[in-house]
Amino acid sequence: MILPGFILVVIFSYVPMAGIIIAFQKFIPAKKLFGDQKWIGLDNFKYVMSLPNFDNLLWNTFYIATMKVILGLIVPIVIALLLNEMKHALLKRSIQTAIYLPHFISWVVLGGIFIDMLSPTDGVINNLLVKLGFEPIFFLGDNKWFPITMILTDTWKEFGYGTIIYLAALTGVNPNLYEAAQIDGANRWKQTLHISIPGIQMVIVLLMVLNLGNLLNAGFDQIFNMYSPMVYESGDILDTFVYRIGLLDAQFGVATAVGLFKSVIALVLVSSSYYLAYRFADYRIF
Amino acid sequence: MRRKLDWFIIFNNIFLIMVAAICLFPIVHVLAVSLSSSAVAATGTVTIWPKDFSLTSYEFVAQRKAFWTSMLISIERITLGGLINVIIAITIAYPLSKEKKDFSLRTFYAWAFFITMIFGAGLIPSYMLVKELNLIDTIWALILPGAVPVFSVIILLNFFRLTPKELSESAFIDGAGHWRTLWSIYVPISMPAIATISLFSLVGHWNSWFDGLIYMNNPSNYPLQSYIQTVVVQKSFTTLTPEEAKVMAKISDKTLKSAQVFLGALPIICVYPFLQRYFVKGMVLGSVKG
Repeated sequence: MILPGFILVVIFSYVPMAGIIIAFQKFIPAKKLFGDQKWIGLDNFKYVMSLPNFDNLLWNTFYIATMKVILGLIVPIVIALLLNEMKHALLKRSIQTAIYLPHFISWVVLGGIFIDMLSPTDGVINNLLVKLGFEPIFFLGDNKWFPITMILTDTWKEFGYGTIIYLAALTGVNPNLYEAAQIDGANRWKQTLHISIPGIQMVIVLLMVLNLGNLLNAGFDQIFNMYSPMVYESGDILDTFVYRIGLLDAQFGVATAVGLFKSVIALVLVSSSYYLAYRFADYRIF
Repeated sequence: MRRKLDWFIIFNNIFLIMVAAICLFPIVHVLAVSLSSSAVAATGTVTIWPKDFSLTSYEFVAQRKAFWTSMLISIERITLGGLINVIIAITIAYPLSKEKKDFSLRTFYAWAFFITMIFGAGLIPSYMLVKELNLIDTIWALILPGAVPVFSVIILLNFFRLTPKELSESAFIDGAGHWRTLWSIYVPISMPAIATISLFSLVGHWNSWFDGLIYMNNPSNYPLQSYIQTVVVQKSFTTLTPEEAKVMAKISDKTLKSAQVFLGALPIICVYPFLQRYFVKGMVLGSVKG
């Protein structure tokens, strides 16, 4: 019964893994994958390393991804703790519904919306800035602003998702603890500090560790839909670069080499994150 | 008893309502722009309510053939792709939910699926494979590479494990085989989990755009999100007929884009409030279990 799924995985995951040999070839598509290609050893890698903007690319990827991971950890915890203090059940549920919605909308749609909203000439945000007496900001065309915009819009899209997880954990905290603390005269802040946060600290640690695996995931879908040649300097990441040199410039070998470079680092990050989660939180996947 | 006015609660409520408003604003805004007249929209003054109400952009979209073709492809894709995802997930999750003594190859298969979660071949080898299997410009290019939803398998597997063993044991005593037990005991009992993973699949297929972009050479094979990507984000006009181009010159680009973008998100916005609890359940199950 497991065979159909297994066969699909072999064809569509393991065959491409074997196809990584492209990274060591001067690959000509007409001669086919696994065909009689010319082997060139590490030349593709050497070529990539020699590109003047490669360091920049790595830094952008790492910087954007890391900032997203950090904000993606802090914002949901804060919002979940605040939501947990809310007494009005219907309002609480409505707010949860609202903050969770953007998670389900694609970056194509949201990219379209943000490009319009952030436009320096007719966007609603800049219109507001000008009214308040500020200079308009070209959020998606200015190298100073582009990464910040990516980090903030991504946090906007995803914080609801994290909030729901922490909120679920908070409902698991024993309510007697709060009662006892109130009798002892602990105020709201003390209760948060000594009951709520310790109550969810396992979940916090677990998600922190699992997020380690995302330190190179700067978010292809988002950046691809919002960047432009103007902001390659600050916004081009490994994944967008692979797409451009691979599928647009048809330098298959070089693109596969960059992809492999990223996959190997990601493999190390993800496996160590799973290992840590397993060791410290007894987290098992299967 | 006199109740003290609790300032923290008041500020907290106001703050959280503002946070929720910020989450909804872009979506409400794009709807308002799409319903405004192009002249007003171009000034950037529309916020959350349409100004100089107009349906021109929707009338244009309604007549746009490329939009509806891609919509149909998207519907075909979510139906077929969702169905395949769910069947594959069930047929993998059931054997893996057994213990090692009942299923000797469990460790091997579990690793085989796990490895695909932590290592990917990258874009180029996957693209070359789809190309050499002659799947380019077919719907299968959008369905088969992602046919095995490992994350959903994990959700379902954990759900199957919670099912009391006595149920399946009594089924075996009555002479039912594995298929029969799975179909008449596990599947009905796991409906909430199956609903959750189906929703994840449907939303995933609806929102996918990159595979459409690279695996479809002919823009008339684009699913809706890929179509929106090329029209709105890349501002490409390859799908535009000459007559449409003439009409387009009259309507502002802005309201037209907004209308198409909004329609791209509309199905999700419509079903989301009703199905939210399934999403939440699945997510909590999948991320922090036991």
